[in-house]
Amino acid sequence: MTDTARLLQSRSFIELGARQRARALLDQGSFRELIGPFERMMSPWLPKQGIVTQADDGVVIAKGTIEGQPTVIAAIEGSFQGGSMGEVGGAKIAGALELAAEDNRNGIPTRAVLLLETGGVRLQEANLGLAAIAEIQAAIVDLRQYQPVIAVIAGPVGCFGGMSIAAGLCSYLIVTQEARLGLNGPQVIEQEAGIEEYDSRDRPFIWSLTGGEQRHVTGLVDAYVPDDTETIHAQIRTCFRQGKPALERSRRYAWFLDRLGRLEPEQPIDAVTVRDLYAAGDEGGVK
Amino acid sequence: MTLSTRGLIWFNALSPNAKPFEGLPASLKVCDTTLGSLPARVIAVVPDEQNPFPRARCGEVGLLEGWGLGRIINEAIEADRDHDTKRALVAIIDVPSQAYGRREEALGIHQALAGAVDAYARARLAGHPVIGLIVGKAMSGAFLAHGYQANRLIALRDPGVEVHAMGKASAARITLRSVDELEALAANIPPMAYDLHNYASLGLLWETLSVERIERPTEGDINRVSECLQQAVADIAAGSHDLRGRLDASNRSASRQVREKLLEQW
Amino acid sequence: METLKFEFPAGQSPRGRALVGGVGSGDLEVLLEPGEAGMLRLNVVTSVNGSAARWQNLFERMFREQTPPALNIEIHDFGATPGVVRLRLEQGLEELQLEGAFHD
Repeated sequence: MTDTARLLQSRSFIELGARQRARALLDQGSFRELIGPFERMMSPWLPKQGIVTQADDGVVIAKGTIEGQPTVIAAIEGSFQGGSMGEVGGAKIAGALELAAEDNRNGIPTRAVLLLETGGVRLQEANLGLAAIAEIQAAIVDLRQYQPVIAVIAGPVGCFGGMSIAAGLCSYLIVTQEARLGLNGPQVIEQEAGIEEYDSRDRPFIWSLTGGEQRHVTGLVDAYVPDDTETIHAQIRTCFRQGKPALERSRRYAWFLDRLGRLEPEQPIDAVTVRDLYAAGDEGGVK
Repeated sequence: MTLSTRGLIWFNALSPNAKPFEGLPASLKVCDTTLGSLPARVIAVVPDEQNPFPRARCGEVGLLEGWGLGRIINEAIEADRDHDTKRALVAIIDVPSQAYGRREEALGIHQALAGAVDAYARARLAGHPVIGLIVGKAMSGAFLAHGYQANRLIALRDPGVEVHAMGKASAARITLRSVDELEALAANIPPMAYDLHNYASLGLLWETLSVERIERPTEGDINRVSECLQQAVADIAAGSHDLRGRLDASNRSASRQVREKLLEQW
Repeated sequence: METLKFEFPAGQSPRGRALVGGVGSGDLEVLLEPGEAGMLRLNVVTSVNGSAARWQNLFERMFREQTPPALNIEIHDFGATPGVVRLRLEQGLEELQLEGAFHD
């Protein structure tokens, strides 16, 4: 079966590759890829280290429309180098967001959707990956002034490292049960802080703290959806219709500082503790 | 691990008579001062051995630091909202890493660091000159949260100044290499190196400065840094509020080429 | 990592181009583009060193059965088995026949 035929039959979003995901979300016939794979804009740094490159460096930039409105989608391919951000892929995302912001300054209401499947910086391009992520973050904050910036973390990779900070800057975050969202990957925490602190092989434990459902009930994301392409599509449309949020999550300094101040220093932490601490429902809440 | 005092040393050096703000986590040093005649808020993240979050006691940027930075920078934006002259924000950067821990992940440290990035980026967009002064380590998520949104980055030339995305042991583990292999590669691949010389070749720094005594700065050292900060403020005033100034180096030609192609095809 | 080049006699050049697969573990990415009439050129970048004979055999078997179209094929291989390579190549050729599978 061809990829196209599979796309038509399947409703799972997670099973789709980055290009198929972007195509599935844009209005039919409106998908147009920028710097597509045949341009072979590939990592200049991986071959120097004996690592095979991918023709699109693991990032698909597609322009098109959603409900007729100009939209750019940046989709990360999680299966290439763990969705890591190198110089080229990072510049594709940052550059696309910069141009979307520029569009808005010129009266064109271009919006952006980020499909995040990433472990963060590509360590083989370390400082250039980090720099690109800083530029992605800068561009999100800029574009967010004009239009909602929506990020979807579907899985299976999740969203980690500097890109989790980028996710935290978005106007709306949509996750599935398969999503994980956290700053530090489990292996890194185990390496830096020890296995008693964080056992990277204890999957239920990791999921209980950083999985999509927990992030939703603690108000750290906006929507929790099943792995279904049409439902994710509908949720994106809903978020766009809501317009910009009154106050982005990353601006709720006072609320979070207040909550962190209520935590007993020696209190052990688990999923329930965080749910109680960040319980939604009060007027200052993050939801 | 010896705690670095460089952040605090340079915070004190650049704000000799100012009174640090109260009501902040002890790991945040913040004060309002002047650079020459220019109003400035100087901000440092420093070690605090009593930090209520044990994983953030060595100068790491953790939950309180991320949200605290966001709050204090946001206050500057609000205070200067109706002023023509926006105070400069000077981030003194000596951050060994973000905080690695169970509590941190559980409580959403990514969101706390986003709080800091958000405020620094909005300050820059609002017209505040934002300058990052690297005096020690500038590592990974900690650097993203504290300094990387600056219009201009300045680093002191010193072997103790290091910039990277991850500590060596962890980077080796994640890339399935030994630390020796990693160091051998870093010697030939500029973005993988930890030292200032290689970092400077990426074009991300606006200026590098030599000082006589980085951990006990002389009056001449302090004056040189202060003058450089003032030049940076003037340079920012003449330029844009974005990060475009970082794209010029030959080691970033792919970053430029991608943007050129995107613009053509947009 | 090594780069290998292969050539085989081919038929006419098709219109359009196709991309299948990706550089994930045990997989490969295949880019198929129209080539010079009568000639199939393959450029293989693979993470597995010393595999030239294996690729040669695989291509020979495939293209002996049926004359391939004239294409320039680029392969980025991340340790795919011969079975996966064959599957991806067949998938790519099939997509080329389905007009509009990958157009800009």
